[in-house]
Amino acid sequence: MISPVIQTSSLTRHFGEIKAVDQLTLEVQAGEIFGFLGHNGAGKTTTVRLLNGVIEATSGEARVLGLNPQTQGSALRARTGVLTETPSLDERLTARDNLSIYADLYNFPRADVSARVHFLLTEFELAERADEKVAGYSKGMKQRLALARALLHKPEVLFLDEPTSGLDPVAARHVNDLVEHLARREGCTVFLCTHNLVEAQKLCDRVAVMEHGHLVALGTPSDLTRQYVKRLDVDLEVDPTQIELVLQIVQGLPQLVSGPPKRKKDMLTLTLSGRKAIPELLHILVQKGLHVYRLAPQEANLEEVYFALHGNTQ
Amino acid sequence: MNTRAIFAIARKDLKVAIQNKGVVLPIIILPLVLFVILPWIMVYASSFTETTGASNDIGELLARMPAGLLHELSGFTPNQQLIVFSLVYMLAPMFLIMPLMVSSVLAADSFAGEKERKTLEALLYTPITDRELFAAKLLGSWTTALAVTVLSFIVYAVMVNAAGWQSIGRIFFPNWMWIALVVWVTPAVAGLGLVVMVFASARAQGFQDAYQTGGLVVLPVIALMIGQVSGVMYFSLSVVMIVGLAIWLIDAVLLWFASKSFRRSQLMTKF
Repeated sequence: MISPVIQTSSLTRHFGEIKAVDQLTLEVQAGEIFGFLGHNGAGKTTTVRLLNGVIEATSGEARVLGLNPQTQGSALRARTGVLTETPSLDERLTARDNLSIYADLYNFPRADVSARVHFLLTEFELAERADEKVAGYSKGMKQRLALARALLHKPEVLFLDEPTSGLDPVAARHVNDLVEHLARREGCTVFLCTHNLVEAQKLCDRVAVMEHGHLVALGTPSDLTRQYVKRLDVDLEVDPTQIELVLQIVQGLPQLVSGPPKRKKDMLTLTLSGRKAIPELLHILVQKGLHVYRLAPQEANLEEVYFALHGNTQ
Repeated sequence: MNTRAIFAIARKDLKVAIQNKGVVLPIIILPLVLFVILPWIMVYASSFTETTGASNDIGELLARMPAGLLHELSGFTPNQQLIVFSLVYMLAPMFLIMPLMVSSVLAADSFAGEKERKTLEALLYTPITDRELFAAKLLGSWTTALAVTVLSFIVYAVMVNAAGWQSIGRIFFPNWMWIALVVWVTPAVAGLGLVVMVFASARAQGFQDAYQTGGLVVLPVIALMIGQVSGVMYFSLSVVMIVGLAIWLIDAVLLWFASKSFRRSQLMTKF
């Protein structure tokens, strides 16, 4: 059996009275895009720091690529790449200098530095302005350069802390495509910290939701929606002449339909109590002689999971 | 030790620092004033001592000096004595401001400036160890301070001999005391400026804040200058050797404490 790339067991970090990360236990498999969700202060950045041996754990254990971050931090960091929340670039230097210096820090083969830097600058569409100071770059360009720097030494595990924060939609899409490419084509494991739930839903194989340092949910996006989103919205299309009758019927079914139906032209949107209500509702409507053309559940998304969890922990 | 990484960070720090006017201006202006303009002013002023009747005051000043200094000045005329006293002995402690100022201004940019620019976090995620990072940060500032100091010394030697040539008629600078000062004391003083700035940067919010706090380190040098001018002591070769030794010892102690506190986990919060 292949051992997980990231493994934590009751990992805890306190800052005085504040429990930034509390009893975190999880595993991330090789090649996985793992979403780490939570709002500001949930413990995402602290976890990344713990997993890279940048800060020490108060208690608990962690292993990344089989290494202990606390005692083998240097060896570990040679194999991981981190995109921090702020690009953390030397703005008085050029993009080329920023990358070349980090090539030295990662002990990248000297003979290959120039070619690798050129490749990344081209790949991230920065080659034309490679010799300009970074201070004059747009936010998107800085973010791309920071990502290029994180990938410079071809890391096996990539930690991304809010990689698309503040980017325009085109730049954000470019970053997301690249993340997907790294994981799917190059087998890089991606640990993605974000509060962009749409992004997480689209990219991540599994997600963990953090709340005040605690892990409150862990699973695939579809598992979590099934587990945490109890209600379900469905689109119902019937014979237009029967709509008023349908409205009367569903209002008499509070055990199946919660809340008032929404009507848009000849279509109704109903909020059901769960998936099991679908066949029951369909059965009742057909039994009443109604012509049902379509009954389509709307898939719940991570956003609903997130708010369901958020509500539970308040 | 990953020397490639150490030199990369030292080079980077220097490259970044020289683009900061707050760093470059004092490094240019201070030696220009102290080691180029001041020697000429002092020699020019000394030519007026006889015509303005100030020679009696100068005589009283020199009379207060320690016997050893008077002995070293004994071969010169009163006018020459004033030139040699002011340029060779009075300015000797002032010369120490140079390595102190350069090292501390560079260290402030390297440590507190890095915090201000939010560039430290990315460095901490690289394989470089805490000791290597600490060494890299010190190396760039220290070697640059020494290079600037030695260059200033060479310029000063040329200026002093050129300015005093008309009165003295021969090369009279440097003497052994100055060579000991440059070789033995200035590296220690540069080190002192660095380690003090490491502590100041841990508490400062940015470059200016750290530089102002760490600037207090100049006070012992000012005390030495006052001691020299007032005749309490003078910079003989033996005094210079002892002062150097004392500063090296202080450096060693402070460096030990600084290296203990320079840990990744603390840098994340303090720096």
